[in-house]
Amino acid sequence: MSESPPSKKTSKKISGFNRRAFMAGAAGATVAVPLTARAAGDAARLPAAKDASLPVDMMLRVNGADRPLSVDARTTVLDALREYLGLTGSKKGCDHGQCGACTVLIDGRRVVSCLTLAIAVQGREITTIEGLSQGDKLHPMQQAFIDQDAFQCGYCTPGQIMSAIACVKERHANSDEDIREYMSGNICRCAAYPNIVAAVKQAASQIEKG
Amino acid sequence: MRPMTYQKANDARAAVQALAAAAGGDAALTESSIQPLAGGTTLIDLMKLDVMRPSTLVDINPLAGSWSEINLENGNLRLGALARMSDVADHPEVQRLYPVVAESLKLAASPQLRNMATLGGNVLQRTRCTYFRDVSYASCNKRNPGSGCAAMDGFNRMHAVLGTSEACIASYPGDFAQALIALDATVEITGKAGVHQMPFAQLHKPPGNTPEIETVLRPGELISAFVIDGRWPRSLYLKIRDRQSYEFALASAAVALDVQDGIVREARVALGGVATVPWRARDAEALMKGQKLDDATAQHVAEAAMAGASARQHNAFKIDLGKRVVAHALQRAAMMEI
Repeated sequence: MSESPPSKKTSKKISGFNRRAFMAGAAGATVAVPLTARAAGDAARLPAAKDASLPVDMMLRVNGADRPLSVDARTTVLDALREYLGLTGSKKGCDHGQCGACTVLIDGRRVVSCLTLAIAVQGREITTIEGLSQGDKLHPMQQAFIDQDAFQCGYCTPGQIMSAIACVKERHANSDEDIREYMSGNICRCAAYPNIVAAVKQAASQIEKG
Repeated sequence: MRPMTYQKANDARAAVQALAAAAGGDAALTESSIQPLAGGTTLIDLMKLDVMRPSTLVDINPLAGSWSEINLENGNLRLGALARMSDVADHPEVQRLYPVVAESLKLAASPQLRNMATLGGNVLQRTRCTYFRDVSYASCNKRNPGSGCAAMDGFNRMHAVLGTSEACIASYPGDFAQALIALDATVEITGKAGVHQMPFAQLHKPPGNTPEIETVLRPGELISAFVIDGRWPRSLYLKIRDRQSYEFALASAAVALDVQDGIVREARVALGGVATVPWRARDAEALMKGQKLDDATAQHVAEAAMAGASARQHNAFKIDLGKRVVAHALQRAAMMEI
């Protein structure tokens, strides 16, 4: 049957790259335009950006690496990560601090990156979902979300995981009730909540054991 | 969001100078073209919505070194204005000696927002009125003075029933402010002329004919600290909302009692979710003094706390709910083991 659809295996072989690599490449291509356009302008050479329309040179420390960028002063950490640094793991849900999908750690504390200005957190340690694993070894919280099937569509998951890591570290994961209260800043439209509680519990016991 | 410039203030003097440089220095603080940036959880949100349109932000976070203390040493509680909500909510001694303070902070917003938001910014947070937050509504006296109020005859289920005016019925959204006003807190303000203190109860202004003026603060003035005298171990914050967590109050009560041998020596009641400003119910408090706090007294007090309330089409339920919240909070406080 020559017209049967190709198997998954064949399809993967033909395309030569997976969805994640494709998405990352596409994101890189789109950000290249504003970056070069801005860098080439006269604006980039001016010392202090007193004119609000000019980009500002700044340095963010993300997942242990210094990342220079030249962006508008209005740029949030979330937009800096996603649009300029190619780190699209942190998700934009509401963009108003209401859903938690953009949660990252700054100096180890969980914050919503959509309401945090990039320019204001220079020099501070930003940790995103991309900074959790050690090589192929997932962070215990990432593994727990897989083990406990703690998501459906997955859009809120990076924010849930970052928030859950902080929740354990804050010692707010001592009971189901506690976990529900201290994870309430992360909304899951698929309502995977019972499994998220189970995942936080699983990882909490592993993290505490060291 | 409109373009803006960003400055970092490295000390209080620089912050005050930068903020006072706004044109029209006597304008309402909320309308100033230069805004202080602390946690940013209200300001950045409202800038994205185009409700607030500052041309310059002055980042005051470098002042946190001296403005974020949590000090219980002198028989009172002194809280720096740049202390983060989460740090105060989690402080064991604040939880033990001022439960109403810790609970009002813990029951507000989300863990992420509490890690960001400061105490000073929290008391200045702006209303959640839909017609204020959505600029596609032409009428909002708070956002656009003189334009009318779309909430009066709109969907006003979340709106205030106390302290309202013909110009505005937007409810004050915060929780911590109720604890402060109940405990007779003092607010410390740093400005060009130096540092001065005043009762926290005088900070917020009811809407009247000028709902765009929300506090007595002027451009160039910053809240630097809050002070609560005495200890209030028999106190709590009860918050009723549409969902169990991470939601604004439909009605809430901050209560504090001093009870000896079953007799109320001192009583404090403040209400949230139902009023246009942090709301102290002094007449209601007076009814408890020298009394036993039985069901009848609690009911009597609750009625007095909501006296003068007036509802619009969708928020009449808040009058009953407010009474129940007050009565229940007082009864729970009376039973606390301390």
